[in-house]
Amino acid sequence: MEAKIETRKFSFYYGKRQALRDVNLHVREHQITALIGPSGCGKSTFLRALNRMNDIIPGARAEGEVMLDGRNIYAPGVDVVEVRKRVGMVFQQPNPFPKTIFENVAFGPRVLGMDGKVSLDEVVERSLRSAALWDEVKDILNKSGLALSGGQQQRLCIARALATDPEVLLMDEPCSALDPQSTLRIEELMDELKERYTIVIVTHNMQQAARASDWTGFLLLGDLVEYGKTTELFSRPQDKRTEDYITGRFG
Amino acid sequence: MPRMSAKSTQKLALVCIWGTGVVTLLILLVIIGYVLLRGAADISWSFLTTPPRGGLSGEGGISTVIVCTLYLLGLTMAIVVPLGVGAAIYLSEYAPDNRLTHLIRYGTEVLAGVPSIVFGLFGFALFVTALHFRFSILSGALTLACLLLPTLIRASEEALRAVPRSHREAALALGATKWQMVWRVLLPAALPGIATGIILCIGRGVGETACLFVTMGGTSALPTSLFSGGRTLSMHLLHLVLDTNAFEKALATGVVLVITIVIINAITNWLSQRFRARMTGGA
Amino acid sequence: MKKRYLIDRSSRSLIFVLALASFAVLVAIAVFTLKEALPALQKIGLLDFLLGREWRPTNGQFGILPMILGTVMVTVGALVFAVPLGVGCAILLAEVAPQRVRLILRPAVELLVGIPSVVYGLVGLVLIVPLVREIGGPGLSLAAGIIVLTAMILPTIISISEDSIRAVPKSHREGALALGATDWQTMWRVVLPAARSGIAASIVLAIGRAVGEAMALVMVIGMATAIPMSPLDPARPLAPSIALEINYATGLHRSTLFAIGVVLFVLIIIINSIAMIVMRRGAHAQNVR
Repeated sequence: MEAKIETRKFSFYYGKRQALRDVNLHVREHQITALIGPSGCGKSTFLRALNRMNDIIPGARAEGEVMLDGRNIYAPGVDVVEVRKRVGMVFQQPNPFPKTIFENVAFGPRVLGMDGKVSLDEVVERSLRSAALWDEVKDILNKSGLALSGGQQQRLCIARALATDPEVLLMDEPCSALDPQSTLRIEELMDELKERYTIVIVTHNMQQAARASDWTGFLLLGDLVEYGKTTELFSRPQDKRTEDYITGRFG
Repeated sequence: MPRMSAKSTQKLALVCIWGTGVVTLLILLVIIGYVLLRGAADISWSFLTTPPRGGLSGEGGISTVIVCTLYLLGLTMAIVVPLGVGAAIYLSEYAPDNRLTHLIRYGTEVLAGVPSIVFGLFGFALFVTALHFRFSILSGALTLACLLLPTLIRASEEALRAVPRSHREAALALGATKWQMVWRVLLPAALPGIATGIILCIGRGVGETACLFVTMGGTSALPTSLFSGGRTLSMHLLHLVLDTNAFEKALATGVVLVITIVIINAITNWLSQRFRARMTGGA
Repeated sequence: MKKRYLIDRSSRSLIFVLALASFAVLVAIAVFTLKEALPALQKIGLLDFLLGREWRPTNGQFGILPMILGTVMVTVGALVFAVPLGVGCAILLAEVAPQRVRLILRPAVELLVGIPSVVYGLVGLVLIVPLVREIGGPGLSLAAGIIVLTAMILPTIISISEDSIRAVPKSHREGALALGATDWQTMWRVVLPAARSGIAASIVLAIGRAVGEAMALVMVIGMATAIPMSPLDPARPLAPSIALEINYATGLHRSTLFAIGVVLFVLIIIINSIAMIVMRRGAHAQNVR
């Protein structure tokens, strides 16, 4: 299987503080890759580096390479906006814009210039269907996105991210603010989505990583300690630190 | 004096506190009540639609004064809104943390405290005299715009900052450029807050006298161009009190002013409620 | 596609220019006011100007000490009444009053904040001045000015102080009450100190408004040029003095009015700076504890 994203000796600094150290990881296409580790280990930093969202933090600096389909997204002259079109993101707290459901999903295509009213309707419907939300909202597209329940809002955010037709979907603890039922629905959704997209998910919930992902990476204090098939990492961890974390001795 | 128990101190304090409330309510009733009751007698359709007779008689109505006030406020808003909202966007979204930014903020803080009469002097020196705009609505509007600028910047910046950070991030993550994020997400979300700030400025502008009567001339004729002189409602009231003895007309003008403020307050309240509703799930 | 980046870049520049406007305005005010004031200051001399006791433009005498004293007296007088009344009313609205009372009182206060100064002056002239005249003197007096100014700055103190008191976290109150303190003890010893910086801010704002108030005072305070010896005497603070004479002053006289403007400007900057220092120290002390 192809490496959709590959990081080579990737380090990241917030000012003087080093948050990631020489991370070499490859994300396989059409698979779900989970990143686990205790708080502050750098997993969110790493995730946000994959679509260069860390750029907006003053004092942030990256070293090393992040290859998307073989091209380094941190090379000088790279169009950040283009990267973000191809690598979409869903955040921890559902954050639909204070606009209608339709406008939320249509936002990405609009700003990227994928306009034209007829195709917008199609794009919105397609994205909402992919996010398993269409049936619930198809009659209330002009209601505010904030009027939905927490789980629905998060699926709306997923639809919104899918509307730009990305190749990779990054999810930063997408279920931590949701109830167990909504969490389950989103995990089922992820399983459907991986057929068309590549998914990278950060989670502090080990059970979720164990049941929902194909590959898992364990990060500790900025180092990628271990990375492998989920089933193997959880049953036969190679590194003692991984084993300690999984069995709950810390974190 | 024997030491009071905590309970009796509390009772005393409560009485005093209610006392302050009574006093405040009294002040309100006296001011508003007196103006409305005594002035209402002189309000009539003809009062609102005839111009003042001019000179020192204090006779006539306030029609040209109303027109002039509207004219002035419109021109002032046209100047101060782009400047104020633009500056707020810069400070909230683009400003790096450097000395120039600190200078700009300091300037805004200080400007907010400068008395209106000093703005009047400034307007007189710069717009009326140096730039030769003479006593005119233009001079008045420029001066008033300077006065209102810090207020609008502050209100707009607050409104922009109130938009949660996650909206900015979500927009950028979807591939928007910074300006697209500002124009399509931030400004629409902050709009009711900014609108509240604008209405607040209008309210202040209606009540302003000191910086205007030095720059606008005070003629009671209908303004014909930007460079005509003029007289606003507050200026007219001042003129009636100081130059003539027409207190009834002054009170009637006061009624118009007070009612305008009441309406403006009501709009402001309604707008801030809408702002809150929009941020938390209303339409 | 490239259009987006062009718009992004040019809007960034435009926004920057607009932002400079406010700083530019401040600089312009300082420069122009100073420029107009310079002739007066040079001819009269700063010390003679500030400390001179006679203001007779026709005689060429330009001392503004009575005006400075007038401003100080009317401001302090108004604060003496407005601060206790204002903070007390703020406590009332934030903690004590039932919802129905609050529903009437708070919008009333908001309304008072917005009433134009000329309306305050008018009511002062028609109601307060005759009342003061009953007690003694011409009625147009320092006392009338103090009363009117109190009414004007009171709403500002109330509304901002109330917001500050409301902003104090519930946990502070609950901690004190759980230890057996009465409501008043909690308010006096815990909540008010916690709301200190907001209340101080409202007072500074009120001072600023009092020092700068021209129109309402011009109508009620008498505007005689002697130093008031009792509250029943007329007074002539700085701001109303400018307003009174600006429209007919020429030459050196006009320049001195600008000089008064500079004095006001400097006064406001000093007040604001003191306030910032005091508030920063207050906030620091709270954090250190």
